[in-house]
Amino acid sequence: MQFAMTAAYHWLFVPLTLGLALVMAVMETIYVVKKDEFWKWAAQFWMKLFAVNFAVGIATGIILEFEFGTNWSNYSWFVGDMFGAPLAIEGILAFFMEATFFAVMFFGWNRVSKRFHLASTWLTGIGATISAYWILVANGWMQNPVGTTFNPETVRSEMASAAAFWEVISNPVAVSKFFHAVSSGWVTGGIFVVGVSAWYLLRGREKKFAIKSMLVGGIVGLVGSAAVMLSGDSSGIHAAEFQPMKLAAAEGLEDGGRGAAFTIVPGIKIPKMLSILATHKTDGYVPGINDILKGYTDDDGNVIPSVAEKMTRGRAALDALAEYRAARNTDPAGASAAKARLEENVQYMGYGHLSKPEDVVPPVGVVFWAFRLMIGLGMLIALVLLLSVWGAWKDKLGKMRWLLRVAVVCIPLVYICGQAGWIVAEVGRQPWTIQGLLPVNVAISSLSAGAVKTTFFVFLAVFALFLAIEIRIMIGAIRKGPEAIKED
Amino acid sequence: MTYEFLQAYWWVLVSLLGGLLVFLMFVQGANLHLGNRTLDDAQKRLILNSTGRKWELTFTTLVTFGGAFFASFPLFYSTSFGGAYWVWVLLLITFVFQAVSYEFCHKKENLLGVKGFRIALMVNGFLAPFLVGTAVGTFFTGSDFTVNKVAIANAASPVISTWGNCWHGLEALGQFHAVLLGVVLMFLTAILGDLYIINNVDDDNIHAQMRRSIKRLMRPFLVFLLAWVAMLLIRSGFAVSDSGEVSLEKFKYLHNLLQMPVVLVMLLAGVVLVLWGIFKGGFSQSRKGIWFAGPGTVLVVMAVFFLAGFNHTAYYPSCTDLQSSLTIANSSSSRFTLQVMFWVSLLIPFVVAYIAYAWRQMDRNKISSGEIEKTNDKY
Repeated sequence: MQFAMTAAYHWLFVPLTLGLALVMAVMETIYVVKKDEFWKWAAQFWMKLFAVNFAVGIATGIILEFEFGTNWSNYSWFVGDMFGAPLAIEGILAFFMEATFFAVMFFGWNRVSKRFHLASTWLTGIGATISAYWILVANGWMQNPVGTTFNPETVRSEMASAAAFWEVISNPVAVSKFFHAVSSGWVTGGIFVVGVSAWYLLRGREKKFAIKSMLVGGIVGLVGSAAVMLSGDSSGIHAAEFQPMKLAAAEGLEDGGRGAAFTIVPGIKIPKMLSILATHKTDGYVPGINDILKGYTDDDGNVIPSVAEKMTRGRAALDALAEYRAARNTDPAGASAAKARLEENVQYMGYGHLSKPEDVVPPVGVVFWAFRLMIGLGMLIALVLLLSVWGAWKDKLGKMRWLLRVAVVCIPLVYICGQAGWIVAEVGRQPWTIQGLLPVNVAISSLSAGAVKTTFFVFLAVFALFLAIEIRIMIGAIRKGPEAIKED
Repeated sequence: MTYEFLQAYWWVLVSLLGGLLVFLMFVQGANLHLGNRTLDDAQKRLILNSTGRKWELTFTTLVTFGGAFFASFPLFYSTSFGGAYWVWVLLLITFVFQAVSYEFCHKKENLLGVKGFRIALMVNGFLAPFLVGTAVGTFFTGSDFTVNKVAIANAASPVISTWGNCWHGLEALGQFHAVLLGVVLMFLTAILGDLYIINNVDDDNIHAQMRRSIKRLMRPFLVFLLAWVAMLLIRSGFAVSDSGEVSLEKFKYLHNLLQMPVVLVMLLAGVVLVLWGIFKGGFSQSRKGIWFAGPGTVLVVMAVFFLAGFNHTAYYPSCTDLQSSLTIANSSSSRFTLQVMFWVSLLIPFVVAYIAYAWRQMDRNKISSGEIEKTNDKY
């Protein structure tokens, strides 16, 4: 719960960081190419806002790293071997890149050459993007644990070969999550810039600055929107393949079948659409919640056992593990028999921790509505971006004050959209910390509920404080406007 | 590459990161001057802006140090972070505040005022080295935990590492020897902070203050350091037999030092460098003290980690159940993971090179009050 809060809160800041980084980098590139001081000044203004946001992003990021250990100690041991390499690469390649070039970017305007500064601005953004990739490799692995072998000697998942490592880093779930997350960051950065610019135009201020920023921001946002839709589509396919329960919950699909319909809102359905989205075939089989509980046969003819059976086999795996550990030094024959039984059932080991089959169903209502909210807001934002770019290009924004108002409102909406997406991805996979291997209640540390609650409320208070301060500072800086940062 | 080689290699890297982290905590040490009454507000702001350009490096090193520990010795990460909970959470909170303090401090909408965030930076300046030092101190005193890997098959209490008391790490504050290392680190980082400011800021008055501060801090630092080393050399340590059995051995760390002459040389060379840096900073007009004391610090910290982990020693001992103690061999990641990370780690020199290049470009001109008044790009 605490981790969920921190992660969701962290996700408030990351998209804007990714998106604004790109907007700034594009603006500074125009400055270096065209040698027009206007663009330098514009980039500097957005950089001030970027810096405030970046600081809070860092603060919440480190909490996440620590909480892996403090609150999820079992999990840390269980997956340390799988996460190790991606996280080490993230630390070495991405974090230092971000930190070093952020400092150059922020303080270096008058200290380093133009080109070196431009490179630093790009590298800051690239560093942030690379780190997003590696962390999503870790997250993608939790959603679709590939390339792993359970080692009963050490009691954890281990990476055994170069092929396994390659499977982990090229995990299709990680790849589409990465594109989805990064491009949604561009949308966030884009609509943020468009919205703030719209606010200036509504006030009749900073006209040139606002229109040009709107163009750059809008185009970044549009490119992002297109990529979000493409990667969202492939996320859907992956969910169908690896996490059918998540898809069923997002669709509120009790009973599935061939040619399943897509529900827009309860009562309005598009026939066969869900099958098309999930399998790219009109009559593809999509299992519903009940099908998954009872077991079914998928399109490729694989028989998926019922949850009850998976639980039985999971318990058998856990018992075999205990037997193996007890016998390994005294009774080699018994140990190898236990090991054989373990290997036969290990793919369902996580199910052995569940107490009833219904435990595998996530909160359907929440996931269902979050999914609708995400799609609906995403489409609205894409439309606003399109109209804004068109309006700014044709210089017709003066007559489209309603659009400017909607654009301002879109700033909070894009955050709601992002959080809704986070809910679909992370609540939708409950009860699993690692799909099929480790449910949430086994991933924990042995801490008293009181200790966890105390830190939960401390962090909640700290986050509320930081968020309030960040919003106040941003609004203050936006009010003062870009004129305030012009250097004499 | 053998498994043993890879495990040792990663212990060396973790030690190196630990050493760099302590060195870079000059940021924390220098921030203590934000409460120095003999400095005026402009001077404090100069110091704030000087550390403000390096804090992310320290912070990133901390994150990477934690990440490297997680990646190469996950059982330590899960046992210590999940067990000595409050120590890590406290450390975490001070760093969380530090991360936003620079950006928020001089903005008028910040709700807590300039003072509030300066206090946050100072709390971080005191507590970060103290807590890190104390935590490393428990590498030698031992902690109260048990590790049972088969627990994960037990539905009722599936947790592998369990802590033996409800203080969850705060009990380390009652262990004199561990706390002493925390205190040593506090003084050390304060001195490094002074040396860094002398090097990085152009202001004669501030230089004089820093030199005076070094002279004040030097004596208690040396006394505490010697006391900690003396106690280390006479205490019993946690030896590991070839079959992995852990037992107490008298004068274990003294033996380690004598049996690993390289470590002895590192320790002595490190101490000499630190002392030379202190001399340069406190008793001469040189601005280069940090370039001696910093690398010296790295050497000393690495030597301490080597004493804790190498030569058949359990680096994270359990007093409750000796056989639960963590060793380099029983707490590491699998051979293949260590190997992948080995190849990745070959990029480190490249990373260090671009960091050095970037900062050479940035620090060609030192920070002065003139610049801080003129520019918009400041905290």
